[in-house]
Order: sequence, then C-alpha cells, then structure tokens
Amino acid sequence: MRRRALLCLEDGISFEGEAFGAGGESFGEVVFNTSMTGYQEVLTDPSYAGQIVIMTQPEMGNYGTNAEDVESRRPFVQGFVVRDCSPVFSNWRGHETLDGYLQKEGIVAIADLDTRSLVRRIRSQGAMRGGISTEDLDPTSLCRKVLQWPEMKGSDYVSKVTTSAAYDYPGERPRYRVVAYDFGIKTNILRNLSRRGCEVTVLPASAGAEDVLDLKPDGIFLSNGPGDPEPLQGAVDNIRKLIGKKPIFGICLGHQLLGLAFGGKTFKMKFGHRGGNQPVKNLVTGKVEITVHNHGFAVDPDSLPESELQLTHVNLNDQTLEGFRHRYLPVLSVQYHPEASPGPRDSLYLFDEFIQMMDQA
Amino acid sequence: MPRRDDIQRILIVGSGPIVIGQACEFDYSGTQACKALVSDGFEVVLVNSNPATIMTDPELATRTYIEPLTPEFVEEIIRKERPDALLPTVGGQTGLNVSVELCEQGVLSRYGVEMIGANLTAIKVAEDRRQFRAAMEEIGLEVPRSGFANSLKEAQKILERVGLPAIIRPSFTLGGSGSGIAFNSVEFDEIISGGLQLSPIHEVLVEESIIGWKEFELEVMRDLNDNVVIICSIENFDAMGVHTGDSITVAPAQTLSDPEYQDMRDAAIAVIRKVGVETGGSNIQFAVDPSSGRMVLIEMNPRVSRSSALASKATGFPIAKIAAKLAVGYTLDEIPNDITLKTPASFEPTLDYVVVKIPRWNFEKFPATKPLLGTQMKSVGEVMAIGRTFQEALGKGLRSLEHDRTLAEEAVDPERIRENLIQPTPLRLAYLRLAFLEQWSLVEIAALSGIDPWFLFRFREVVQLEEELAASRGADPDLLRKAKRYGFSDVRLAQLFSESSDAEGRVWRDAEVRELREKAGIRPVFKRVDTCAAEFESYTPYLYSTYEAEDESEPSDARKIVILGSGPNRIGQGIEFDYCCCHAAFALKDAGFETIMVNCNPETVSTDYDTADRLYFEPLTFEDVMEIVEKEKPQGVIVQFGGQTPLKLALPLFHAGVPIIGTSPESIDLAEDRKRFGLLARRLGIPQPEAGTARSVEEAVGVARSIGFPVLVRPSYVLGGRAMAIIYDENSLQSYMASAVEAAPRHPVLIDKFLEDAREYDVDAVADGKRVVIGGIMEHIEEAGIHSGDSTSVLPPDESDLDPAHLETMRRHTRRLGLELGVVGLMNVQFAVRDEVYVLEVNPRASRTVPFVSKATGVPLAKIAAQLMIGRSLDELGLTVDPKVSHCFIKAPVFPFAKFPGVDTILGPEMKSTGEVMGVSENRGDAYARAQLSAGMVLPRTGVVFISVNDRDKPKVTPLAEGFQKLGFRLVATRGTAAYMKRAGLVVESVYKVKEGRPNVADLIKSDKIDLVVNTPLGRDSRYDEKAIRRACVQHGTPCITTLSAAHAAVDAIHALQREKISVRSLQDYHELKLADR
Ligand SMILES: Nc1ncnc2c1ncn2[C@@H]1O[C@H](COP(=O)(O)OP(=O)(O)O)[C@@H](O)[C@H]1O
Ligand SMILES: Nc1ncnc2c1ncn2[C@@H]1O[C@H](COP(=O)(O)OP(=O)(O)O)[C@@H](O)[C@H]1O
Ligand SMILES: [Mg+2]
Ligand SMILES: [Mg+2]
Repeated sequence: MRRRALLCLEDGISFEGEAFGAGGESFGEVVFNTSMTGYQEVLTDPSYAGQIVIMTQPEMGNYGTNAEDVESRRPFVQGFVVRDCSPVFSNWRGHETLDGYLQKEGIVAIADLDTRSLVRRIRSQGAMRGGISTEDLDPTSLCRKVLQWPEMKGSDYVSKVTTSAAYDYPGERPRYRVVAYDFGIKTNILRNLSRRGCEVTVLPASAGAEDVLDLKPDGIFLSNGPGDPEPLQGAVDNIRKLIGKKPIFGICLGHQLLGLAFGGKTFKMKFGHRGGNQPVKNLVTGKVEITVHNHGFAVDPDSLPESELQLTHVNLNDQTLEGFRHRYLPVLSVQYHPEASPGPRDSLYLFDEFIQMMDQA
Repeated sequence: MPRRDDIQRILIVGSGPIVIGQACEFDYSGTQACKALVSDGFEVVLVNSNPATIMTDPELATRTYIEPLTPEFVEEIIRKERPDALLPTVGGQTGLNVSVELCEQGVLSRYGVEMIGANLTAIKVAEDRRQFRAAMEEIGLEVPRSGFANSLKEAQKILERVGLPAIIRPSFTLGGSGSGIAFNSVEFDEIISGGLQLSPIHEVLVEESIIGWKEFELEVMRDLNDNVVIICSIENFDAMGVHTGDSITVAPAQTLSDPEYQDMRDAAIAVIRKVGVETGGSNIQFAVDPSSGRMVLIEMNPRVSRSSALASKATGFPIAKIAAKLAVGYTLDEIPNDITLKTPASFEPTLDYVVVKIPRWNFEKFPATKPLLGTQMKSVGEVMAIGRTFQEALGKGLRSLEHDRTLAEEAVDPERIRENLIQPTPLRLAYLRLAFLEQWSLVEIAALSGIDPWFLFRFREVVQLEEELAASRGADPDLLRKAKRYGFSDVRLAQLFSESSDAEGRVWRDAEVRELREKAGIRPVFKRVDTCAAEFESYTPYLYSTYEAEDESEPSDARKIVILGSGPNRIGQGIEFDYCCCHAAFALKDAGFETIMVNCNPETVSTDYDTADRLYFEPLTFEDVMEIVEKEKPQGVIVQFGGQTPLKLALPLFHAGVPIIGTSPESIDLAEDRKRFGLLARRLGIPQPEAGTARSVEEAVGVARSIGFPVLVRPSYVLGGRAMAIIYDENSLQSYMASAVEAAPRHPVLIDKFLEDAREYDVDAVADGKRVVIGGIMEHIEEAGIHSGDSTSVLPPDESDLDPAHLETMRRHTRRLGLELGVVGLMNVQFAVRDEVYVLEVNPRASRTVPFVSKATGVPLAKIAAQLMIGRSLDELGLTVDPKVSHCFIKAPVFPFAKFPGVDTILGPEMKSTGEVMGVSENRGDAYARAQLSAGMVLPRTGVVFISVNDRDKPKVTPLAEGFQKLGFRLVATRGTAAYMKRAGLVVESVYKVKEGRPNVADLIKSDKIDLVVNTPLGRDSRYDEKAIRRACVQHGTPCITTLSAAHAAVDAIHALQREKISVRSLQDYHELKLADR
C-alpha cells in the first residue's frame, strides 16, 4: 500500500496525495515553478531554501536523477509537490529515481494531487506558507503547525545555505580572478565563470568587503540566494563599500542587494516568478530573451537613483525590473538567471559582458 | 518593429486538396493567416483549389480564387490582382513549391511581388538535402551520414561509409515512392536499382539508418528582430523509422533532461538562423541516440506544418496566426497572447498537462498493400487528446479514434508478437499489450520495438490496471477512480468488468459503469489550456476533461448550442464536415448564441479556440459528450454537421434527455436504417433498387436469383461503403458470402440490385420542416457504382443530356423525402437514373458536397441549416427558391494511390479518395480541365492516347476515339479495342498487352511514349494486366482514366485546353455576376 501524505496551506485548504521521497513533516513557503524540464536543478538550487516547490508540469522523474545535474551540494527545497512521480526513469545519464534521490536526501514530497488547482490558488491568493506531512494527516492539526512557521518576509535564509568556509573554483585557462559572494550560489554560475577563464574564490555571505578586496580580484560576483534581501543589512553595507572599486556583477538576490546598496527598495511579489519562459526585453538592444526566473522579491525601479543607474532589462509579462547598469561605474545586474540550468540559455552573454567589464577596468 | 506599411495586398497560396501528408491543418493555418492579415487592414488574395476549406470562404479574403495551384494559374492571378507580397509558408509543401517556382521563373520579380516569411534562399537551404547538410556542418550540427549516388556502384561505395541498415531515398519521386530501408546487401542492391530507375534524374540518397533512436520535433518561431522562441517540443512514442505523421506523439517531450533539451533548443535556434527563415514558424526534427545522447538533425520545414498545427492546439499558441503577423513586420513582443490577454507572444508556452496525438489509417481500403509503418507517411487523419498524465491522454486519444481494435487475446503466436514489435503496424499498441500480458520483459520489448522504456512502462501500468479492474468487477470505487484517472472509458470498463465476471456471466453495459461512477462521485472536471500553466489568468475557455479536484469551466448562463465535430479525418469523413461545423458556429454566434465546439481533431479550424465561443477538446463518445452537456446545460446540441460520428450518437443522446436540435433523432434513424427507409420509400412510391438481406450463402444466392445479377453487396455492420462489391455471377457471390459470414457471422449482408449504366446524382437540400430548398443537384461524370465521393461531380447537370422529367422527379422526391422525414437542417439524397429515377440513399445530415455547393451557389447552406435548427424558417431567411448557378462547377476527387504500392487504381462503390478540388469556368470542358489539373492530373494537349476498354464498353469506344483523333491525338490500343476502332475507319496502332510480349503497353508508358491512358476494367481475367498498366501510370505520373464517361469529359477538357488561354475569376466576381444575372 502506498503511503498517504497531506499538504496544507495557511488559508486552511488541504490536499491529500501520495507520499514519496522522505517521510516526515516539513514546512515552508509554497511556490510553483513552470519549467517543464530540470527538476533536479530546481531541487538543488539553494534559492529555494525555505520553500516547498510545486512543479506545474505533471510528469516528473521520467529521466531520473544523476550526479551532474545539480546546482549545489544537496537539495535545498523544504518539500516537493508534483502531480505524478515516475517510479522508473529512462535516460542514458539517469542514475537513480527521483523518489530514491529525495528519500536519500531527506526531502518530503507529495504526488497525485491537483497541482493545477494549488497553483491557481497561489496565483490568486499569493504565495503562502504550507506544510507537507506523512505523519499528521489531520488537516486542522497540520494547518495549525503551518501557521507557526515563520513568514518568508523578514527571514534570513542566506545564513543557512551559504558556504561555511571560503573555497576556490578553478578556471579554465585562467585569466581573471573573481571573488564571488555565496548567498546561495548555483554551480552553473561557477561553471560559466570558469569556462570564461575566471578563477573564482567563493566567500561566505558574511565575509567583509576588506576580505574581498584583500584577494585582489579583477571582478566581484554577487550570487543568487533565497528569501528576502532586506534582513541582509550586513551584505548591503559590504556591497556599498565595494561599488566602484571593482567590476561587479549581480544575479537575482545579488541584484536585489545591489539595488538596496544604491538606496533602492525591494518588495515582496504576490507569488513571484519561477520558471524558464519569462520574456525579458533588453532595453539596450531591443531584443527579447527567454529567461529563467526564481525570485519572490523584486527591486522597485522607481526607488533607484536615475542619475546613476540605467535600467537595462524589463519583464514583458508584468513590467517588473529585470536588470540595470551603472551609468559610469562597472556595475552590471540582472534579476533573472543568465546561467540557466534549468532553462533556456539566451542570456549567457551577460557573463561575457562581465568579462568585458573586467577587461576594461 | 511595427506593421509594414509599404505592402497592402498579400497573396496567400493554399495547399490544395487533402492528401496523405497534407490535410486540413493547412486550412487551419491558411484561415488563421487570412483572418490575421485582414483584421490588420491588409487586402488578402487567396488561391486554393480545395473548395471544402474555410479559407476559401468568400468572406475570409478580399479576393478568393479556386484555381489550380500551378505557376501558370497563380501567375495569371498575380497579373490580375497585383499583390505586393506573397506569403508562401502557410500552404504546406504545395504552397511552398508553387511559390518557389514562381520565384525561380522570375514571375515574382516581373510583377514586383516580394516573398515574405521565408525567402527563396532559405527555402532552398532547408529543402535541398545537399545544401542543408552543408549548412548544418558549418554550424557544427550533426546530420546522419549520407551520400548521393547515380549508379549502383556509387551507392555501394557510399554504403561502405554508411553501413547497414541504410535508408534509401530516390530523388524527386512522387510521394516518396521507391524509398526504403535495406537491412542486407541483397535488399540494398534491389532498392537502389529500383530507386535509380524511378528517379527522373537517376539519383538516390543513401543515408545512415538511425532506426530505433528517439525522435523529437521542435516548433520554432522567429521575428524580424531575430527573437527566437520554441513553442513546443514533441516526442515520438515510436522510434525513428516510423514517420512522425504515423507516430503516436507526445507533447511536451517526456524523456529529455534539461541539458539535453537545452542542447536541442540551442540547435533549433541555430538552425533557423542559419537556414535564414526570416520570420514565422519552422519545424525542426531531431533524433537522439538513447544509449549516448548523440543528437542528429533530421530535417527542417521552413513553414508551418502538420506538427505546428498540433503544437498550436497543444499549447494554445496560434503559430500560423502569429507567423502571418510576423511576416508583415510585427515582432513577437508586439503581439498579445490571446489567451492571457495581458502577456505578449514573445514567450515559450509551458504545459501543465500531457498531449498525445494518435494517427488514424485507412489501410483496410487498400487490401493489396500491407499495413506497415515506415519512413513514408500513410495515415489519413489524427486525434489529439489532453490529459493530466501521459496515460490519461493516451486513453482519451484511443477512444477518440472511434475504433477499439482489441486483438483476440487467446493464442497469439509469440513469433507474431515479435514480428509486430519489430515491424510496427497500426496495431502496435495491441501487440505491445499482448507482449505485456505474456509477461515479456520491458527490456526485451524496448529492444525489439525501439520504443522508449518510459513509455513502455507507462503503458504496461495501463495493461496491469486492466487486469486488476477485471478482477475487481467494479466493486472497488478507489480502483474505479484510478481507472478514470488512467483514461479508461466507461465502455472499456464495462468490457473489463464483463470479462472475468461472476459465474452467471454478467455482461456490463457502459451505462452501469456510469451509474456506479456517479454514485461514487467520480466525475470529471474541466481544466483550461492557457499557454502558461496557470501562471496568468485565462480569458479563453479552451477546455479538457480530467479527473481532478477543481473545475475551471465556469459555464455561463447564456443561451448556448453545442456543436459536435467530426473527429479524426478518414476516407469518407474529412474536412467537409469540419467546414460545416465551423459554419454552424459562425451562424449561431451571429444569431446571438454562445457556441460550444466539441472535437478532438487537431488539424481542423473547428478546434481553433477562435472559432466557437468555447472549445472542448474532447473525444466524441457518448460518455464524453454527456459530461460536457451536463456541465454546460445547452439549449441545443447539433449532431448533423459532423458526419457519421455525431450522427451515431443522436439516438443515445436523445434517450439520455439531451436536446438534439434539427432533424429529430427518430427521423435520423428512419433515414439511416436501410430496412426502415425501404419501407418509407415504398410507402411514398419512390423507387429503390430491389434488395434483400442474407445471412448465409444459400440465402444470398436465393436473393440474387430473385432480383437478378449484377448485385451490389455490403456487410451491414460497416459504414462508408466498406467492403462493398459489385458481383456479376453466382460463383463470385458464393465466395464473397463465405468470407463475409466467416468474418461476422451474426451480421446479415445487404444485397441490392446493381443498376448498370445508371447515371448518379447527388442532391443537397435544406429544410425547415415545412419547406425544402434544393441547394444543388450534381451530376456524376462516372456512372453509378462508383462511390459518390470518388466521382467527379458537375453542377449544374448537363440538361441537354438529361430528360427534364427526371430532373423534376429528383426535385420532387427530395422535397417529399425532406418533408416526410421532417428534416430540419441539411439533407443529402443520392439518385441513380436510368429508365427511371431510383433513390440510393438519404443522408439526414451535412454531406461531403455542402461546401462545394455553397461555394458554387454563393448560398451558405450550412449556415442556413444552423439557423433553421434554432427555429428560424426558410421564409424568414429569404431562401424560398432553389439557387441557380451561372457557370459550370466541377468537383474532382484526389486519390492516395501513389502512397500505396501495389494497389489498383480502379474505382468502385467503396470510397478511396482523400480529398477534392474544384474547377470552375463558363464551359464544362474548361472546368473539367481545371479540376483535373488541380487534382494532379495534367491532361496532355496533344500526343498519344492509349485506349483499352472492356467488352461492355467496346461498342461505345468509337466516338471517344474519334474525339481524340479530331484533337490531333495518335491512337494506340490493345488488339480487341483496336479492332473495334479500325472497323470504324480509325487509324490505330495495336500494342501488346502486358502478358502478350514486349514491348508492351507498360513499357511504352514507362518510356514516356504514351501521354494519356483510358482503361476501363475488363474483369477478372485481365486484372493483372490492367493493374500493371495503371500502376505504371501512377508511378510515372501519366494520367489514367478508368471510365468512358470521364474519358469523354477529358476530350472536352483537352479541347478547351487547346483553345483557351488561361483566365481566372475570383469567387467574389462569380457571385456578383450571378446576382447581376437575376
Ligand atoms: N536516417 C534515418 N534513419 C532512420 N529513420 C529515418 C532516417 N531519416 C528519416 N527517418 C524516418 O523517416 C521519417 C521521414 O523522414 P523525413 O526526413 O522527416 O521526411 P519527411 O519530409 O517525409 O517528413 C522520419 O520521421 C523518421 O522517422
Ligand atoms: N443499387 C445500386 N446500383 C448502382 N450503384 C449503386 C447502388 N447502390 C449504391 N451504388 C453506388 O455505391 C455508392 C455507395 O453507396 P451508398 O449507398 O451511397 O453508400 P455510402 O453510405 O457509402 O455512401 C453510391 O455512391 C453509388 O455509386
Ligand atoms: Mg519529417
Ligand atoms: Mg452515398
């Protein structure tokens, strides 16, 4: 007999389904991702720390999991929700079933429920806290526990995912020295830097600006990461000190922190952007890129100093800010994920722009 | 970039008749393109030879030409209309080819017409395998290893590089004939030799076979700003080696990891850029080695395609419409997404469901050909189903096909299973199922079939669930719910529950399963296709059913009508019915109703979310329709536009309390049931051919003796003229009966007196219960005995050649039958006329000829019928007299013989044609010539005609031969026919029959010494001979006429061709002229 599991949202709604992955109970902010491929990359993206992720594409696990398609050392999601999880996989690179992988990694997951209905609820009500349990199948009781879980807004998840110690990521035919702040960095960012000849030193989020400059980098990278940027005041202060000193490239949370460092404001979006099909217009070239997103907070463009920053990218779905450049300092920043993984690779050119900034500095 | 203002008038070239590989998906794309451009203020000039299309509706374009799609005719249209631009990419391969020819002949530059969408260079790079391969190598993409050879030696040399098995494709053969896969060197030499001979330039391509690899397609769009998006990924269930058109396909791709998918995406983008398709959609096909992930490119189609129609329906992203907009300068980000309204078209749709497409074949109509699936497409239609899982979509798709082919399970020889797994046939799922029932391992089945283990595993789960279900006998509601979630229909469940029923052998009915399910609260919900996996709100009700928690259908409380579509195309039921369904939607929308379309055919205009107010992409079975009706609670349901598919549902729906509007289900049954109808006809004093039924050989002989030979026989359980035969003697009757009784012992065989040498007429009419208006009477050029769908029909009939009393009798009978049956809406009556007027059958529904008649008369019969069904009267609509036509309109059928090696091209009472064309002119000969040209039969203006006719026709051959001689043709005939002609003083050369020696007539055809063949069937003895002649014609593209009446028409046509210079006139002009006439 298959194990049952229950998913509860903070608004009291609950869904029964089938348990897979690890048993137990887990809570987090419930969000959805619309990528049709790349579940393993999603699972291991540290930006999902604190979140239970629903995949909208119903058939998951078909190609299994493997040792390469990972974005960090382990899965960071709080829980995983799919319509259907394949008990078998078929792919020449496949190594283990999704179920087996999640079991091994201790991730609680639920399948066989109306995920579309869940997604529609989140779309209309906004992202909510929720919980999955294979132990407590009583909705009232599980809901009570959900309400005790801290809200995403105001929480610091970065400290939970950042590396505990600095480490180096070697470059291919190294020409540049880059220091990367790890707020929850995805490996494909490191691969992309490395491929372009960057020798990367990855520092914990708590590292000071001096620690960065001591390494005499050619450029500084501000990584993606989970949650709300506002509580990360220390990081913002550090970034402020680094602006203008060295070329800086920020992605996602890194972008939001840059925004704050320039005096801007961030806000929590209703349910965020997560997926691989968001159209972003590059205002400089006029071209549209299909981009990868994973964020629940955004920078308010009106809060940014126009005299200093040029808005370079905008989301065509909802007109939210997707990127800016400093008008004369070497600062480049995008809200979305040019490193893709999972998702389209239309925006890899941004890594080249970072390299150019370093060349010109 | 905004809309271009430097162009005003755009020519769109359609795809012509429905043929295998090119079906109504191009009506869908052409219609979308027309609508998009017209609504944007452009003038659209449209040319297409196919009258059954929505795109050729005169309202859709500024100027509509139903003319042959040849460079000469299109040039004339260009000369007359002076378009600024030509959009070549929405009319399939036909549209593309004509456009290329016009460009290469300098016509476009002469008239200053710009090709938009794709330019000549891009088309060439994509289409020419040599150039394509070179281009791909330049951007570092792999294609299968291959080489061109002009001799066996060269081919063998290439084989050393390529290895066995090898794919062989002769260059420029008709319908890909002569291509094949060689598994050993003997076979290789054979196919090469055959291929070299077939190829007009004696060239074959020898290509590395990657049979068994996974096959994928991506639908790609690009705009003038070089933005590229992928609309949809499609994975084939069947491995490489089965044409994508014949494969079950699944969207989105299921077994690719993200890096693999992104590699493919990157490659597709690189391909469209390299090939240089400036704007619009392209289809790019890939193969992936399952053991290493090695990816190779198979081909790219620089135009919208069958797959792009599928992708549009699968995602809600209208590729053709957007392609048209891109071609006139818009960029993707300037075009809104119709479904979300708030987001732009510059994105990639994401699916939160699974789509399965399943092809449908008609091999049974071509018994001389083996039903094998390979690299050449053979299917005639397809269904698409949407479910939340692959299994659910597959289950829905299988029931959408409208035939449940379950193999008998007992005693299937393992060797047969093995063979069928290796060499797929339309029964492949049935054999897979057997293999699973026999406990074959997944690994073994995957190795034999090349089908990805993931699909096999999912399918095995279905088979295993069947066993559980059978054992449960319906007792377990949880299992029942699971079964519904796996896509099982109530009918299938009833079968399963009955299978291992209790000792009493209880037989379940589907109604009981439904009851059980309702009691347990197991009902479907409807979810929306919204392009975005619910990320944004959807404003377009495009729905599918599934067994989940939440329903999103939000039915309105407007006055509404449900229109049931016609399901997958098949020979006998195609685009014409879709046309009628669309018209019903248009008319009822205008009349203030909310319209709701139900259909499962992804190729059609009816399943465009734009056509009706609401679209349910669902199977057309009783179960599925009932769920929709109960959800929507419509004022009326229309069953008479979708052909036989919804008509079959009329009575069951009616008994379930569904408000069927139009002709009552009771009357429908009265007309459809041959026995009941016979009684009615007798009561009304309307003659029918004498008839009887028989269940045994003895009974049959008895019936035949009493009514006299020849007789027309048909098994009562098949529809659409299947297995019908004309039988001239007792021996043949005995053997026919023996096999019919063996095949279906419980069903009687219907035996009719066959009316020899009778003229056949088709009548389309509309009625409101009080009045019957005859839309048109069509005379068939071929005599009765050749299925009405396969006959060439002429509107109006040639009155000089017909007793006016007969014409009047047909009118009278039609009116009488219409009133007597209480027809409200459309009806079609078929008559055979000899000494008197016999009625062959009445179809109380839209017929195949409704669009043709509507185009010819300018009276939109289907729209009128729809209005009658909601209670309007013909008086109110101002249609009280039978419309007249002022020119000659001819409809000609198009046959798929080239795709079925070995089949005879002879016509009979069983329909074989897949599509039709229309020719129109002031005179009959010219109209016939145009129709023939459009149907692909290029009548020679002069040359050598070969005539060989049967004994019955011999006395009548002389006037025909004289006709040809007068036109300047040289006559060649076989001995017997030649003798007749010589006696009449004609100069004729005799030639050997195939069996008589060489060089024989087939040799002459093959060596281009004969320009036209007239060959009427001679009966059993010379069947081999004739078949060889007719096959030679098919392979060689020599026109071949198989009836004397058609041959006479050809004489008139050639006469017209010799005399007349090409002139064209638009449908709008024809209709205006007619008004002026009045
Ligand atoms: N090299 C090959 N090896 C095995 N199968 C092939 C090969 N090339 C094509 N095929 C099969 O033949 C089908 C038709 O080939 P394709 O090049 O796509 O022609 P078409 O123009 O008819 O679509 C494909 O869908 C694929 O299944
Ligand atoms: N008694 C008959 N004598 C001669 N031809 C007939 C007779 N009955 C049917 N046919 C021919 O067979 C064709 C198909 O028969 P029909 O009854 O119309 O079946 P279907 O339902 O397939 O249209 C007709 O179009 C006609 O040419
Ligand atoms: Mg193809
Ligand atoms: Mg008929």
